[in-house]
Amino acid sequence: MPTSHDPAFPLLELTGITKRFPGVLALDDMRLDLRAGEVHALMGENGAGKSTLIRVMAGAHRPDDGVLRIDGQAVRFASPRDAERAGISILYQELNLIPTLSVRENLFLGREKRFGPFLRHRKEHREAEAMFRQLNVSIDPNARCSSLSVARQQAVEIAKAISLKARILVMDEPTAVLTSNEIETLFKLIADLKAKGMGIVYVSHRMDEIFRLADRVTVMRDGKYVGTQPIGQVTRGKLIEMMVGRKLESEFPKQAAKLGEPRLVVKDLSRGHGVRGATFSIRRGEVLGLTGLVGAGRTELARLVFGADRPHRGSIELDGRALRIRSPRDAIAAGICLVTEDRKAQGLVLGRGCRENFGLPNLKAFGRIGFVRRRLERAKFADYVQSLRIKIPHQDERARNLSGGNQQKLVLAKWLQANSEVILFDEPTRGIDVGAKQEIYLLINGLADAGKAILLISSELPEVMGMSDRILVMREGQLVAEVTDVAGVTQEQLLTLAMPRGLE
Amino acid sequence: MRKFLSRSLNEYGMLLVLLLLCAYYACVTIKPSATDGPAGGESCAKLALSEMPAMHSAAIVVGTAADAIGFANAAKARLTAAGVGSIRVMQGGPPEVRQQLSQSIAASSAPDAILTTTQDAAWVERIQANLPAISRTLLVIPKVRRWPVFLTVQNLLNIGDQIAVIAVVAVGMTMVILTGGIDLSVGSLAALSAVAVSLMIRDWAGGVHAGTMAMLGCSLLAMAICGLVGVVSGSLITLFRVPPFIVTLAVMQIASGQANEWSKQQSIHDIPASFTWLGKGASLLGLPNTLVLMVLLYVLAHVLLSRMRLGRYIYAVGGNSEAARLSGVNVNWVILIVYFISGLSAGLGGLILTSELQTGSATYGVGLELFAIAAVVLGGTSLSGGEGNVIGTLIGAFIIAVLHNGMDLTDVNDARQRTVLGLVILGGVLADQLKRRPWSLPSWLVSRNVADSETKRSPAEKTLIEEKTI
Repeated sequence: MPTSHDPAFPLLELTGITKRFPGVLALDDMRLDLRAGEVHALMGENGAGKSTLIRVMAGAHRPDDGVLRIDGQAVRFASPRDAERAGISILYQELNLIPTLSVRENLFLGREKRFGPFLRHRKEHREAEAMFRQLNVSIDPNARCSSLSVARQQAVEIAKAISLKARILVMDEPTAVLTSNEIETLFKLIADLKAKGMGIVYVSHRMDEIFRLADRVTVMRDGKYVGTQPIGQVTRGKLIEMMVGRKLESEFPKQAAKLGEPRLVVKDLSRGHGVRGATFSIRRGEVLGLTGLVGAGRTELARLVFGADRPHRGSIELDGRALRIRSPRDAIAAGICLVTEDRKAQGLVLGRGCRENFGLPNLKAFGRIGFVRRRLERAKFADYVQSLRIKIPHQDERARNLSGGNQQKLVLAKWLQANSEVILFDEPTRGIDVGAKQEIYLLINGLADAGKAILLISSELPEVMGMSDRILVMREGQLVAEVTDVAGVTQEQLLTLAMPRGLE
Repeated sequence: MRKFLSRSLNEYGMLLVLLLLCAYYACVTIKPSATDGPAGGESCAKLALSEMPAMHSAAIVVGTAADAIGFANAAKARLTAAGVGSIRVMQGGPPEVRQQLSQSIAASSAPDAILTTTQDAAWVERIQANLPAISRTLLVIPKVRRWPVFLTVQNLLNIGDQIAVIAVVAVGMTMVILTGGIDLSVGSLAALSAVAVSLMIRDWAGGVHAGTMAMLGCSLLAMAICGLVGVVSGSLITLFRVPPFIVTLAVMQIASGQANEWSKQQSIHDIPASFTWLGKGASLLGLPNTLVLMVLLYVLAHVLLSRMRLGRYIYAVGGNSEAARLSGVNVNWVILIVYFISGLSAGLGGLILTSELQTGSATYGVGLELFAIAAVVLGGTSLSGGEGNVIGTLIGAFIIAVLHNGMDLTDVNDARQRTVLGLVILGGVLADQLKRRPWSLPSWLVSRNVADSETKRSPAEKTLIEEKTI
């Protein structure tokens, strides 16, 4: 693939990029190089570190280690503005336009054309029109951004990038929200930009698109660099292998519990586009794994079962009884609980003490006529602190101050006290260190042993494969596959099932 | 050490401020006790009696000062009440008094004690020196005691009394703010309640001849009306997701309008005097009834918030309403209930006002909501909800009352009082903010991790950043 630039001086080069967050090493000696006029795909599983890398390129995070070079010159970004000035533009998945302002206003945000203290609307308008003509899209600069389709909003962002004289464009899952027609338009745009010498980093899960657009592809895994290949020299299978290639750690202390009859039976559960016709069941003592890509609808499904959102269609039965779940209260009363994906924002009231959080769904059990018998609550909580090994200095320590693992255990304690029979785990070990993860796995085992029905939602394939009796794969709102032979399935197979079909 | 200091300041900061304020006003209002006039005479007599319990006869000597007769009469009355048989009052300049004294001694015997004022003591002493018969008689001059006016029982009870309405309304306000909301309608609701109760007493209970049960009934009904309005506010907030600020602002206007309409913009006086039992009475050990009511209410509120389920739910909803909902709390109910309580307490405030003035008027309660909010905020309750307690509000209310009272005692004019109060509230809130975000400076002052703090706010990033900073 002929490029007009000497490969010795790539347009953008990242070497040795390392970024640490409390408890987590997001990027570990990561590297990437981008040539002018190239579309360079970036691939990796959920949690591989793609988002963090993008933010480093955007100047939003400063790497703890490593160098960024543009045209061979080392650069340091103190803020996203610096990155912008250096010619890097990011197209985020959640578009960054201000919906209430017009296209023109968004385009020139922060760099308005002025005549003294007055704005020059018409000049901006003309320039905007010129830009859109160049890009071959018809967009009215006076239109309100919120009235534009997503595809058009994307075009506006691209126009903005160009007008900022960007030479490097990073696109994060740009086609996730587009129809196939709009995707074609976008691809033409990209081809155009490529011809003009722009370097594009294209982050996506959609293999077909990558094979169609990219010149080279880089794979990352667990924050580390795995490899870079010219697109002609690599196959789908190879890419998946690169993305997933961990050896299955034997750290999943799964002990199959005795499985009984189905307890939770869900039929045709649906809500809009996010969850369509979900039908499944969980047996007594069973751990049902649910995996898929981010945005596939797993959390949405769990929320429907828990009553956090109202389904448009479908039924839920527990132990033979049909349930009418209109709110979390109904679900909790029926014995269903949800250990949320985001424990800080949804699982705990961070500003209150641990014991208070523990007691919140259980207060009726701790007293009569509206009073709370503190002594009873304290005693019960002490039991759980001991049995779950929650490390807290005292019972009233603010939940905010606990480590991730301990917070998760606190959430578990809360639900265990509520005598839940069906426990929906949504990414239970996210952001938790290895030791605490083990403890949680053991807890899950214990719950299964006790005859509970467990749903385990996880993006970590080894975890799902290690802890589940059966696995369901969800893709774009639908349950598309069921794996009963967990021991026999490979990570690659699961990932392939989870990947959207894209342009077929 | 720093952690200990910061923790103490957190918990007891406002209490400390209150105590400091009291100490300050105690210092600056120290006045010598009255030594002339009736008060002086009274205390002089008391002193004399204590020094000579077995007094049989006394002479009260006063000069020609303005309040001399007052002194003499008061002293005489006191002594008479104590059983002193013979009391001679002598008034005049030194020569006349000397003459009267000599005559008196000649007529009967020398008095057991001579009482006189501070100003006259000097020449009375000289007379005494020159009259051998009384040169050794006990001369009693009122003792000059210095005591802060601020700390007199009268004044302290006064403070408690002044703050009662604000404090009562602040109870409901505390609960609303704890859930992360606000209730701007309480002032108007107090007026509504005042008008409602007085109209009801006038038209349904017999006006000035209303009986106790009837008055009680009308009062409860008035409170219930306000509670109902609170429920309406709460419903609008939960059903239509309109911000509490707007809803209660609108309700404030509507309630005020209604109060004015019902009362036809006139004050209603047809209320029996017995109605002032609440506002002006003092049944329990001489403590004003409003003070007792206030204390009772705060105890109840504290029990609710700290020991009852509803209290827990209130804190949870304020702290993180989504997490509370996902833990099974009926968030909408909790919000309805707190606005109901706020309405009730506003109604009660209006009743107290009516009771104090024996009049119902739609002009009551103007600005009441702001003082209530100030009390809550000064007491350490966060306006974003989930943190704080009702005892803090009581302290906050007292800070306002002490400030107001102290400034009155030190003759600070009205305009300046307002300025000071505003500054104190601002100071209190700032201190509260600093306490929450320990010593954090704006990012433009901090040069280090500017990159990490100045990110594009896409949701994905927000979570990661929260992960990092927490």
